[in-house]
Amino acid sequence: MDTASHAAARTMFEKIWAKHRIIERPDGQTLLFIDSHLIHDGSEPAFEFLRARNLRPREPQRIFATPDHYIPTDSRDVRDIADPERRAMVESLSANTKDAGIVLFGLKDRRQGIVHVIGPEQGISQPGQILVCADSHTSTHGAMGAMAFGLGMTEACHVLATQTLWQRKPKTMRIVVDGPRHAGVYAKDIILAIIERIGTAGATGHVIEYAGSAISGLSLEGRLTVCNMSIEAGARAGMVAPDETTYAYLAGRPYAPKGADWDAAVAYWRTLPSDAGASFDTEVHLDAGLIAPMVTWGTSPQDVAPIGGVVPDPAKAAGAERRESMTRALDYMGLTPGMALDAIKVDRVFIGSCTNGRIEDLRTAAAVVNGRKVHPDVRGWVVPGSGLVKEQAEAEGLDRIFREAGFDWRQAGCSMCLGTNGEVVAPGERCASTSNRNFVGRQGRGARTHLMSPAMAAAAAVAGHITDVRPMLNGG
Amino acid sequence: MQRFQHIDALAFPMDRPNVDTDQILPARFLQKPRNGGFGQYLFHDLRFAPDGSQYLGFLLNQEAYRESRVVVGSENFGCGSSRENAVWALYDYGFRVAIAPSFGDIFANNCLKNGVLPIRLPREVVSRLLVQIEQRQGLKVDVDLASQKVTLPDGSVHTFDVDPFAKHCLLNGLDELDYTLSHTDEIVAFERRYGRGFD
Ligand code: SF4
Repeated sequence: MDTASHAAARTMFEKIWAKHRIIERPDGQTLLFIDSHLIHDGSEPAFEFLRARNLRPREPQRIFATPDHYIPTDSRDVRDIADPERRAMVESLSANTKDAGIVLFGLKDRRQGIVHVIGPEQGISQPGQILVCADSHTSTHGAMGAMAFGLGMTEACHVLATQTLWQRKPKTMRIVVDGPRHAGVYAKDIILAIIERIGTAGATGHVIEYAGSAISGLSLEGRLTVCNMSIEAGARAGMVAPDETTYAYLAGRPYAPKGADWDAAVAYWRTLPSDAGASFDTEVHLDAGLIAPMVTWGTSPQDVAPIGGVVPDPAKAAGAERRESMTRALDYMGLTPGMALDAIKVDRVFIGSCTNGRIEDLRTAAAVVNGRKVHPDVRGWVVPGSGLVKEQAEAEGLDRIFREAGFDWRQAGCSMCLGTNGEVVAPGERCASTSNRNFVGRQGRGARTHLMSPAMAAAAAVAGHITDVRPMLNGG
Repeated sequence: MQRFQHIDALAFPMDRPNVDTDQILPARFLQKPRNGGFGQYLFHDLRFAPDGSQYLGFLLNQEAYRESRVVVGSENFGCGSSRENAVWALYDYGFRVAIAPSFGDIFANNCLKNGVLPIRLPREVVSRLLVQIEQRQGLKVDVDLASQKVTLPDGSVHTFDVDPFAKHCLLNGLDELDYTLSHTDEIVAFERRYGRGFD
């Protein structure tokens, strides 16, 4: 054992990196071992590349699969996917996993769901791991105290073939959020406030460690929401140090270690948090007490403002480039400068996605909706993040609350977050969404997306326009 | 992977910041197989109206730019998702080089793995280049990978950085997986030592 007394203070990221280092290349890239590889119904090209080279997955027991992007959320039957290309993606996942002996949580399996919801839920994502998936929101799993990041298909093929990946060591950034949160302010508001502060390229080239009392005070699910949107700040990954909240969440999950293994694992996990005095390349501080419920008004997650604010004026923007991009965004969004954010009417409300499709999110939204009605001009959808989230919600009667209010209660999947399954927002329609991206065309061609927390989305559904949820929480 | 050594080709200006992967390739085309010819969907919603007709204001639709092989972007080009299909769309269309002041991380990585060379140049240089190629048609950019030099239409020459390993692979048409497989012994030894990570 190292006495550690002379060892330099290390960040959690550095500890995880060092532990997974296999070899280094002359150019400084490191070959890292990958603990867990998640795959989904968009992963077919990686298998296509693998087959073209006559290779097979090296460690199928480290790979876990579920269909989420191309499946309908009103049916659990693959034959109901009318589009032959989409159906082929889902069918190829079944065939590839069967052929290689990979665990599949298939469409008819109650454990099926969005890949980033079921990783933590099944206890597959664990502290200290390096976890990858061919999807940018893989950063979500960093909330478990892991290093988790998205891949392209060529990289995914490399991981299938070798269970390793080449990486250049990123820089480290610590974002400390301190102080108590106000009622009505959630994990989603924290991460939107962070992106408002540092911008969508603010963490480019970095791995973020989120710290401070406002982060450690979040539930594990809240931390998943924060880490999920790390990529929206440009980061390679985002992570939170594992603590009692993490262990309590993981204990007893199907793929978590058991018995003596559990004790050994927890003992190891306790060594992971950054040492006191460890230094980061970049530090950012936020006061949680200054964060209000946040809403995006434009076509980038950094186009965001506290509710109570107004649509900003491009004329007042710093620099011509920003002025032009704001003008384009407002034009696409059909908004005029100076308009109050809470005057913006919505046509659709989408509660779901890997950002906010977990049970806590549905509880929060249901509490707002309870005893109220969805506005007659609004179509509201609730899409649970997994089959198990759906079951849990139904056991708690949340589905009834949503249904009685006039929401559509759907099956698990990505659904309208990206619309690759055909569930899109119509051109020109405006959607209050709990997802993570408000890009041009993200929810469908011409669709206008406003990102917000589940509570705020629920409030918008009831009011028919974007509105501050806080008076509703007080019974108003 | 195709070799990439040198190119002297028309440049297409994509003069707006934060061109994300959804703009490069809208998500509804993601389910196409790799051999699906993604070039026809490149910048789809910027190139085509909902009825399929071309937006003539979009320069790539103009005769003088159609054969471009170098795309010149602005800040944070290729931000957004990890979808490699966005790079396939550029590649299938014929683009071999992307020049911008900054790129989305994963996007730049994906470019290198798919035969598209991402080149970061200083902001002022890119801004100047964008103005030049917007104002005059038919201008070419010369890129030489071995010497890591790009020559712009105004004759100015700029050196650029490229990861040496990626450069080696691009120049020789090799890919990373071959290299890794040649180190399988080290991977096996690591796996033995590592066990489950916590024991
Ligand atoms: S829910 Fe949305 S962001 Fe998350 S994996 Fe699915 S499509 Fe991607």
